[in-house]
Amino acid sequence: MRKPLTLRILSALDTKSWIALGIFLALALLVVPVLHLNFPEDSAFHVSTYAITLIGKIMCYALVAVAMDLIWGYGGILSLGHGLFFALGGYAFGMYLMRQIGRDGSYGADLPDFMVFLDWKELPWFWLGSDSFGWASFLVLAVPAVVAFVFGYFAFRSRIKGVYFSIITQALTYAAMLLFFRNETGFGGNNGFTDFKRVLGYSITSPETRLVLFGLTAVMLAATLVFAAWLVKSKFGRVLTAIRDAESRVMFIGYNPLWYKLTIWVISAVLCGIAGALYVPQVGIINPSEMSPGNSIEIAIWVAVGGRGTLIGPIIGAFVVNLAKSWFTVSFPEYWLFFLGLLFIVVTLMLPQGLVGLWKKLMAKKEGAAA
Amino acid sequence: MKKTLIALLLCAATLPAQAALDPAPVRQLAAEDSSAKVAAIRQLTQTADPDAVRVLKAMAEDSLFLAGDKVVIIDGEQAFDATSGEAIKMPANPESPTVNNRIRGELASALAALKLFDADVGVRLASAQKLQSQVTPEMAPLLARALEKESDAQIKALLTLAHAQANLANTDPAARLEAVKALAETSSPTIKSVLLPLTEKAGEPDDKVRYEAIAAVKAIDSRLAMAENVGRAFSGLSLGSILLLGALGLAITYGVMGIINMAHGELLMVGAYATYGMQSLFRAFAPDYIDWYLPAAIPVAFFAAALVGVVMERTVIRWLYGRTLETLLATWGLSLVLIQSARVLFGAQNVEVSNPSWMSGGIEVMPNLILPWNRIIIVGFAMFVLFLVWVLMNKTRLGMFVRAVTQNRAMAGCVGVPTARIDTMAFALGAGIAGLGGVALSQISNVGPDMGQGYIVDSFMVVVVGGVGQLAGAVWAALGLGIFSKLLEGWAGAVIAKISILVCIIIFIQKRPQGIFALKGRFVE
Repeated sequence: MRKPLTLRILSALDTKSWIALGIFLALALLVVPVLHLNFPEDSAFHVSTYAITLIGKIMCYALVAVAMDLIWGYGGILSLGHGLFFALGGYAFGMYLMRQIGRDGSYGADLPDFMVFLDWKELPWFWLGSDSFGWASFLVLAVPAVVAFVFGYFAFRSRIKGVYFSIITQALTYAAMLLFFRNETGFGGNNGFTDFKRVLGYSITSPETRLVLFGLTAVMLAATLVFAAWLVKSKFGRVLTAIRDAESRVMFIGYNPLWYKLTIWVISAVLCGIAGALYVPQVGIINPSEMSPGNSIEIAIWVAVGGRGTLIGPIIGAFVVNLAKSWFTVSFPEYWLFFLGLLFIVVTLMLPQGLVGLWKKLMAKKEGAAA
Repeated sequence: MKKTLIALLLCAATLPAQAALDPAPVRQLAAEDSSAKVAAIRQLTQTADPDAVRVLKAMAEDSLFLAGDKVVIIDGEQAFDATSGEAIKMPANPESPTVNNRIRGELASALAALKLFDADVGVRLASAQKLQSQVTPEMAPLLARALEKESDAQIKALLTLAHAQANLANTDPAARLEAVKALAETSSPTIKSVLLPLTEKAGEPDDKVRYEAIAAVKAIDSRLAMAENVGRAFSGLSLGSILLLGALGLAITYGVMGIINMAHGELLMVGAYATYGMQSLFRAFAPDYIDWYLPAAIPVAFFAAALVGVVMERTVIRWLYGRTLETLLATWGLSLVLIQSARVLFGAQNVEVSNPSWMSGGIEVMPNLILPWNRIIIVGFAMFVLFLVWVLMNKTRLGMFVRAVTQNRAMAGCVGVPTARIDTMAFALGAGIAGLGGVALSQISNVGPDMGQGYIVDSFMVVVVGGVGQLAGAVWAALGLGIFSKLLEGWAGAVIAKISILVCIIIFIQKRPQGIFALKGRFVE
């Protein structure tokens, strides 16, 4: 007999994890806002705007990392094009934010500035409805889903896998980047979207809006985590893991891997799109360089650093790598690439299970020594 | 030199057999009005008389003067009558006529036109070539006369064209028709633009001539379009050659080890920087032999890249066998380290690598189709490297081992092939070929830390389309992708071309997941 949905969701995580998740949400939704709003800037307890933006941004990245882990850690499919779905979500929401600028742009026109600059007289058809928050939110989910579905269907149907698949996804995001770099594509070319003023009528730079976006990202991340934990434990998740480990055998037993792979691929893309949509209003810019192949590969390294095949690993990885990045790029900009490159090498050579795997190994040793 | 020439001409002119110039236009040269002067210059040019050359030259050199109502040439202490060329008494107070820029231009083209009658074939040829772009209708009789006298076939052909161009403004429709017919044989954009006005009623009243002109423009257009396409296909061929050099190494390492080396583009960069290094060495120590730096760079680049490859294989890739996806990440990390190292060593800016003198210029096949030498040499170089690789893979023991490991690693190991060593060798070979690709690339594009990144996606596509571990596949895929993308670029722009090629590849893989040339065998995975 199947358990009711609430029970099944509850059983996705163990008690300890639920408590940890609760603490995380309490921190993000209560403690950070209180510290940010109620303490003066010189106070030791004050959480600065910089910190909120940075953590908010990294939480978006962590969301992407979890999405990547679903497809790579559990599905065994390494995508080097996840930056594309992230950027598509970001662009879809960015269109709405551009329309929210209204007549406050530097040209004071109804159209977004870059269109005035290109001497366009009216919005292109794909901008239709972009002034509606609902439609924009729908696009955030639908555009990555459709792109992922079409691409994934053809790729998985012809059983492209392994490095072949990775390379083709890389080419996909590369081609998309070139497309978005063009001014004629209608998404602001090189500069992308920036100079946002409002979201849902609220000023985008006000502390309250920031905190709402920050909290929303935290909730989204927590919800994704619960959803992913439930998903990988479900029958679907089991079949997926089986496909990762022995695709031919799963086929011979009678499953069609196409639909399993395609489903997790589309889910992963949609999660990336959501992350992109949360990222854009917090960071205040989206441009085609988000789609560069290098960015997408970096996503893979977050997952690898944290430990793939675990759900907390990607989040840890995203935080570790991105905190290191913001520290390096401020203190030693010229060494960042060396660090990142060596991180790729060292993690793949010495930490195949990532930090989580290292932790587990250390714990096992400790227990072994105690016993 | 010029003075002696004038003196010689003067001597010739003083001979009694030489008819004197018409005095009226000579007098007009010193007229007040610029337009009158221009008319006089043109009239004198028409005579194609050596005496006219003498007078016009004197005017261009500011030694033509007006004394009373006589035009005289004053050369140092001596004075000559301009019309007859006879030496005369030095006039009392000669006046210099104004020679402004318009007149100077007119004089220059007049003198150039008169060079068509020079005794030296070289001078006549140069003059005829120069004339092609500045024919005016007034030149028609002059050109006709020059054509009559001309014996050299090459110059004759050029003059025929020039004459036809001049004749387009002839009042006689038959002459115009003849001219249009002659011009229809050419394939130059300038002649097309000369003919264009004749295709409209306003520019050409005669129907027959107009239809002929329309046909001529069409014929020229189709030849121009063909030349353009040939040019595109050729630049596609050279792009394909570079892709081939990049993809050969990738195909070998993927075939042997089943890994994709994301740092392959950076091995191209290593080769290009090695070329830059050799250029600097030659500049510093052997500036006289600077043209030889490129041949010298070929082995250096090969071994530099191969060495980097060996280090990569021994330190990183070796430890990741069987974990292809992780190898992808580790080699990406290697590429980041290599890029940043290049930035630290050589600076983030592009460095300048110049073509040796024997590679500049090109073969002009048609006026709008020039095949540059550097691209021709690159295509030849790629073919040469391909040949060497083919020999190595098919005629040597090492090649046999490499093929054996590609087909069945376990079995090859069982019969005594040292698979680990073969891996290193194959990787070094692939890296070395990438280094050679870097040498070629340094000749046609910028050399900088990021240069490898732009080619890596394309090289991968070549491997995907061509199939694994297959030289033939890599060759066809590289050349095909190169030519196809350049032709597409021609009428759709670079970005659309890239995207449509990617779409084509994805569709293509639906039909042939193993590439054009699949390895035959009973593989499950």
